[in-house]
Amino acid sequence: MEIPWDLILIQTVNGIVTGMILALVASGLTLIFGIMDVVNFAHGELFMLGAYMGVIVLTTTGSFWLALILASFIVALIGAALQVTTLRPLLGRDPLNTILATFGISLVLQNYALWQFGPVARKIQEPFTGQFTLFYLQYPWYRIVIAALSAAIIGGLYLFLKYGRYGIWIRATTQDRVMAQAMGIPVPWVHTAVFAIGAGMAAASGVLFGPLVGVSHIMGLDWVLKAFIVVVVGGMGNLGGSIAAAIFISLLEAYASIWVSPAQSVIVSSIVLILTLLFRPTGLFVPTPK
Amino acid sequence: MSKRHASIYWTGFTVITVLLVIAPLVLPEFWRRFLTEILIWGLLAMSSDLLIGYTGMVSFGHSAFFGLGMYGAAAAILTVRPPNIWLAILYGLGASAAVALFVAYFSTRLRDIYFAITTLIFSQIFYVIIFTWTEVTGGENGLTFSRPAFGIPGVWTVPFTSTTLHWFVLAFVTASYLILRRITQSPFGMVLQSIRENEARTRAIGYPVERYKIVAVMLSGLFAGLAGVLYAVQNRFAAPDFVYFLISGEAVIFNVMGGIGTLVGPIFGAAFFLLLREAFSRFLTEYYLIPVGVIFILMVIFLPQGLFGFAKRWLNR
Repeated sequence: MEIPWDLILIQTVNGIVTGMILALVASGLTLIFGIMDVVNFAHGELFMLGAYMGVIVLTTTGSFWLALILASFIVALIGAALQVTTLRPLLGRDPLNTILATFGISLVLQNYALWQFGPVARKIQEPFTGQFTLFYLQYPWYRIVIAALSAAIIGGLYLFLKYGRYGIWIRATTQDRVMAQAMGIPVPWVHTAVFAIGAGMAAASGVLFGPLVGVSHIMGLDWVLKAFIVVVVGGMGNLGGSIAAAIFISLLEAYASIWVSPAQSVIVSSIVLILTLLFRPTGLFVPTPK
Repeated sequence: MSKRHASIYWTGFTVITVLLVIAPLVLPEFWRRFLTEILIWGLLAMSSDLLIGYTGMVSFGHSAFFGLGMYGAAAAILTVRPPNIWLAILYGLGASAAVALFVAYFSTRLRDIYFAITTLIFSQIFYVIIFTWTEVTGGENGLTFSRPAFGIPGVWTVPFTSTTLHWFVLAFVTASYLILRRITQSPFGMVLQSIRENEARTRAIGYPVERYKIVAVMLSGLFAGLAGVLYAVQNRFAAPDFVYFLISGEAVIFNVMGGIGTLVGPIFGAAFFLLLREAFSRFLTEYYLIPVGVIFILMVIFLPQGLFGFAKRWLNR
């Protein structure tokens, strides 16, 4: 069989672009998990809400960048409200309860979106439409910009966690919740803030990705499932691992879709998941536990 | 269980069973169908209770077992002439057992939320396969067929009416309930419960925990598959929607609403959920999941032992 090098190169670019967005979604998920042991089933719905908020702001103001910022901010607020009302009462109970609660949230949000915005997919206009030539394809610059922006947001998060005053609070809470509380860190509010940050990141990726696929009430499902795969393969609660896994899996799916239909390429990532579970149940991109 | 307890239990069991047997004779057509459906979903809920309530593993992948049961039954009914109801059950159970073995082998290596996520992703793999393999599974449209008759083909058959179908389903659900109850009270069930309470200690005592978990997932998958077969027979179709993970989510909702670890509770949970759906969809149509979801969240927070657990505690007070 002849190897289609040009297709492979195009799919490499595609894979990295979707991988960066997936990394943005998954890093919010893994951050929330790492700090509060909450598996956020509603993450895909926050992604979807972000995209819808983007649509609303974009149609009223006409500015894509304003839509990106406002949508992230609004969804972060919604996330904070959800955390305070539903997840905070569950603190200290079995983490499985949080799966159930966030699953309930996702059902409510998804059907609310269907009710409010209807079943017809909305379109977000790309902020600019420039293209460059990649072999015989006109490749939109916008996709490259998405990847760069996602990387920038993740980089910002990393710097914030590493050097920011509140970032250090967050890391302290991850390491030892009780000790952090004893040192005067308001742990419940750190949880709320982390959930809000995760929600905002999901919303940002929703707005960024909106122009590529169209905004609908079920768009979150695909992403949250992929993000779950990424987070398990990358090692739960491990930011760097999630990013590496996101790109790895997106690349694999992109290559797979050269030969099979895109719907079936999901099976490839599932196979990666199975192999990971068999040989490295703690995740591919974490140091071997002693 | 003390002697007095046992006699109260068996009296209650007999009364409810008799009521369920009489019910289709007095209920109008719509509610007769509704009751049958409650029993079928209740069976699915009970099957996942074996994992959630007794072994402490929350499965978000029961739709795979349920859906494969449906497709297995469809395969038997569409390929074998004349259609045979027993063969449908056999095929359905076979299909769900095969899937359950596959899922169990891989996902039992993980616990807690990892188990939940992996089962979810596995069920999505089967969803994608069924959805895209149009030549065999009918893809998005699924498969439709006519309901096979009851009896032994070629010897003696009688077509189902909605009343006899109800009794047929009731017989299977009651038998499954008794078997599941026996399983949970057997030494095997005790080991499962000790895994739930303290896995490390159970392993330290010398039980091969993984093997027990695999058997638990497979048993649970078999009963979920049986529910799928019954649902397929009742509704005369198999559709990819029923392999989609929302069905697994509903099974978990039934459990939480009814009370996990009680076997009977999940049936009540299914009844409660379906009644809520019926009530809300009268004026909210397809958006009924908004109020039902809110009620579910409130129950997770304020009523973690579920309706049945709550009633039990309230009665014992």
